[in-house]
Amino acid sequence: MSLPNPADLISQMATRLKTHLAQRDISEPRYIGIRTGGVWVAQALLEELGSDAPLGTLDVSFYRDDFSQNGLHPQVRPSALPFEIEGQHLVLIDDVLMSGRTIRAAMNELFDYGRPASVTLVCLLDLDAAELPIRPNVVGATLSLAAHERVKLSGPELNLELQDLAL
Amino acid sequence: MKLSILGARVIDPSSGLDQITDIHVEACKIVALGAAPAGFTAVDTIDAQGLVAAPGLVDLNVALREPGYSRKGSITSETRAAAAGGVTSLCCPPKTKPVLDTSAVAELILDRAREAGNTKVFPIGALSKGLDGEQLAELVALRDAGCVAFGNGLESFRNTRTLCRALDYAATFDLTVIFNSQDHDLADGGLAHEGPTASFLGLPGIPETAETVALARDLLLVEQTGVRAHFSQLTSARGVALIAQAQARGLKVTADVALYQLILTDEALIDFSSLYHVQPPLRTRADRDGLRAAVKSGVVSAISSHHQPHERDAKLAPFGATEPGISSVELLLPLAMTLVEDGLLDLPTLLARLSAGPADALRLPAGKLTVGGAADIVLFDPKASTVAGETWLSKGENCPFLGHSLPGVVRYTLVDGRITHQA
Amino acid sequence: MTPLDTKRPLQLNDQGQLRHFLSLDGLRRELLTEILDTADSFLEVGARAVKKVPLLRGKTVCNVFFENSTRTRTTFELAAQRLSADVITLNVSTSSASKGETLLDTLRNLEAMAADMFVVRHGDSGAAHFIAEHVCPQVAIINGGDGRHAHPTQGMLDMLTIRRHKGSFENLSVAIVGDILHSRVARSNMLALKTLGCQDIRVIAPKTLLPIGIEQYGVKVYTDMTEGLKDVDVVIMLRLQRERMTGGLLPSEGEFYRLFGLTTARLAGAKPDCIVMHPGPINRGVEIESAVADGPHSVILNQVTYGIAIRMAVLSMAMSGQTAQRQFEQENAQ
Repeated sequence: MSLPNPADLISQMATRLKTHLAQRDISEPRYIGIRTGGVWVAQALLEELGSDAPLGTLDVSFYRDDFSQNGLHPQVRPSALPFEIEGQHLVLIDDVLMSGRTIRAAMNELFDYGRPASVTLVCLLDLDAAELPIRPNVVGATLSLAAHERVKLSGPELNLELQDLAL
Repeated sequence: MKLSILGARVIDPSSGLDQITDIHVEACKIVALGAAPAGFTAVDTIDAQGLVAAPGLVDLNVALREPGYSRKGSITSETRAAAAGGVTSLCCPPKTKPVLDTSAVAELILDRAREAGNTKVFPIGALSKGLDGEQLAELVALRDAGCVAFGNGLESFRNTRTLCRALDYAATFDLTVIFNSQDHDLADGGLAHEGPTASFLGLPGIPETAETVALARDLLLVEQTGVRAHFSQLTSARGVALIAQAQARGLKVTADVALYQLILTDEALIDFSSLYHVQPPLRTRADRDGLRAAVKSGVVSAISSHHQPHERDAKLAPFGATEPGISSVELLLPLAMTLVEDGLLDLPTLLARLSAGPADALRLPAGKLTVGGAADIVLFDPKASTVAGETWLSKGENCPFLGHSLPGVVRYTLVDGRITHQA
Repeated sequence: MTPLDTKRPLQLNDQGQLRHFLSLDGLRRELLTEILDTADSFLEVGARAVKKVPLLRGKTVCNVFFENSTRTRTTFELAAQRLSADVITLNVSTSSASKGETLLDTLRNLEAMAADMFVVRHGDSGAAHFIAEHVCPQVAIINGGDGRHAHPTQGMLDMLTIRRHKGSFENLSVAIVGDILHSRVARSNMLALKTLGCQDIRVIAPKTLLPIGIEQYGVKVYTDMTEGLKDVDVVIMLRLQRERMTGGLLPSEGEFYRLFGLTTARLAGAKPDCIVMHPGPINRGVEIESAVADGPHSVILNQVTYGIAIRMAVLSMAMSGQTAQRQFEQENAQ
């Protein structure tokens, strides 16, 4: 299976996001990337948009629902939101949407900062494996992977790689 | 009953005997070493080839916990454990409930010990009533009831003049006084040797001077009063140096150490294991080396177990809230054999410190293999090894050596020619 | 003869993560740094509108205090609450202990209440070790101070305070002043500073308040304040208990203050940007002058804030390590 080129995806996503925001009459969105991959995607996206808007970063380690199984991520870092959340239109950006649990954790965390006016979800890839009713508003590509396959994003220069766990 | 022990390496430190030979026993006594007497026909024989036959071990301090502390041990259980350790004679300290300060308690202990029949028991009487360090116990009555010496344990006399009078009184009747020299004020509240380990663990310390200050005073009082004195459970190199100096200037004092003090140091406390909580405390490597040297040179002529069995709960608490003491009489011989294994002592010297040495210190009728003497004998295999705790007879499981493989296995312990332990 | 089995450190799991937090002894620099980093993240949480994260939701944290302490107890409660845990606090000094119930019985009762974590403060050195080893091996034990031995969360919050004000530890001169002998805070601080690479750790006290063998911590001993404070970056003052005046440790509070009290004049010998710390509660005019405690160098109140973050970090890391260990053991059993 061949993977799409991230640079192409970013450019398509930027176009779709502009349309999406315009339809909703959102003129000053607040961009937030989910650590770590989401931050890389967000940076690439902002560059593509030619925007110098401040980028918030979210570390959802404290909000994950798998603490009882997996424990605390050893390299947890502070979230940094250099703007108000209350009443703002947010664009939440992640790299790969799989179960949807990361997004749930991210939204829980965001709501602890305040009550946003809206949240738009942007993902580079949707693996079509959601376990929760969460769908991105803007997506680069949708992939269907076999059970033993994983995609890995490296950055900050976006690069996608297919990993086969069966090997 | 006639018994022949055939082909053992017979070691009797007091006579210097060390050869492969036979021992013949009749009516509780050794009747011959070597060839059997004319007309002697053994009913029983023990094939002792490869075993060492030595005087039954003499332990100067085994807490039997009876009367009063039945949850920790009983005369039956602890003398049985002692027999397994190769012991045929032991002294029990006066800290019972009630305290061993009356003839009645002494008689009770001796009756129960006779009934149990595992070892000979020689009680140590309290020097002061209730061990309060103030009023003298009835020493002569206690002697007549069977007490072989008198001590006050670690409960010291707060008033030196009172102590001095107690010594004078004991000297009048040629009684032996046992000192556990520790200055009350310097040791007060302490839990471990005052040094880097205790500091690191935040445990209040007992300085070496707690021993040496009291010891220096006690030695001078012994000199002044002329009392017969034995110093028990020394812990420090400087402490044994004081004993050596006193002996060198002609003072006839004897001393013992706890066997575990020759093996362990305060570094064992580093995980707060209450098994290593003992009083007086484990001290430094240098102290252990000093004690070992004194045992080798004979300044310290006795090694004792200082056996203190405890129930489980006594050790199940934070370090400072636990009761001090190690249960180890059961391992006396194999644990002591580690000193031979380490090259510190040769076998006859070790056996001297475990038999004739302690027996002479308290003038006990024990510790020798002589024709006409009691057939108190230990037979052990010096080549086999004991896994500590594989069997366990003492009520106290508070032993840090459990699980260790130790050199030597006690095969037979005989008291008056009767087998009290066999393995 | 050494103890039979040199076991894996009691407070770590098989993967080397915290499962209890008993002392700083034996913890590697990386682990201490991880605690500080995690605490940094929790500090950020503390600045939000909602100061609570759902990490320990459904877990029960039981504070068992055999010694009274308002500050430590409250910050542990707050830390557990901010992690969404259920919190119970028991002041055992005033309840069962006085009725003769043993520590063992008290803890077994609490264990039966299905607590996931105990924060224990006890007057005996080694109490937390004992509980972790013998009472509740499946429950994470956090040492909230044991005798004179250790107060590891205080030690780490002091390190967080230093790192946030000074950046790193390598080139700092740190002076710890006062009653070192009886202080578990001093012991934990000395260990932490050494592990984190501090090269110049000084202790300043009279001989009566210094433990024997203090050199093992890699510290320099001073008995003169002026000399000891010269050009230091950090001063950690220790609390002096009133009862030290009896038993010959010190002649009087006045003489101690005259010789070892931290005054504006004395502090002038330290670096101009020096920070002053104190584990609290402060004895004004006994170990520290009010003008210093409330002055520009003082970071004493920041320490309290950092204390909550450190305790959140330690609670979540120990719970995490305990969970991982249970899972590891289950997998191995299968």
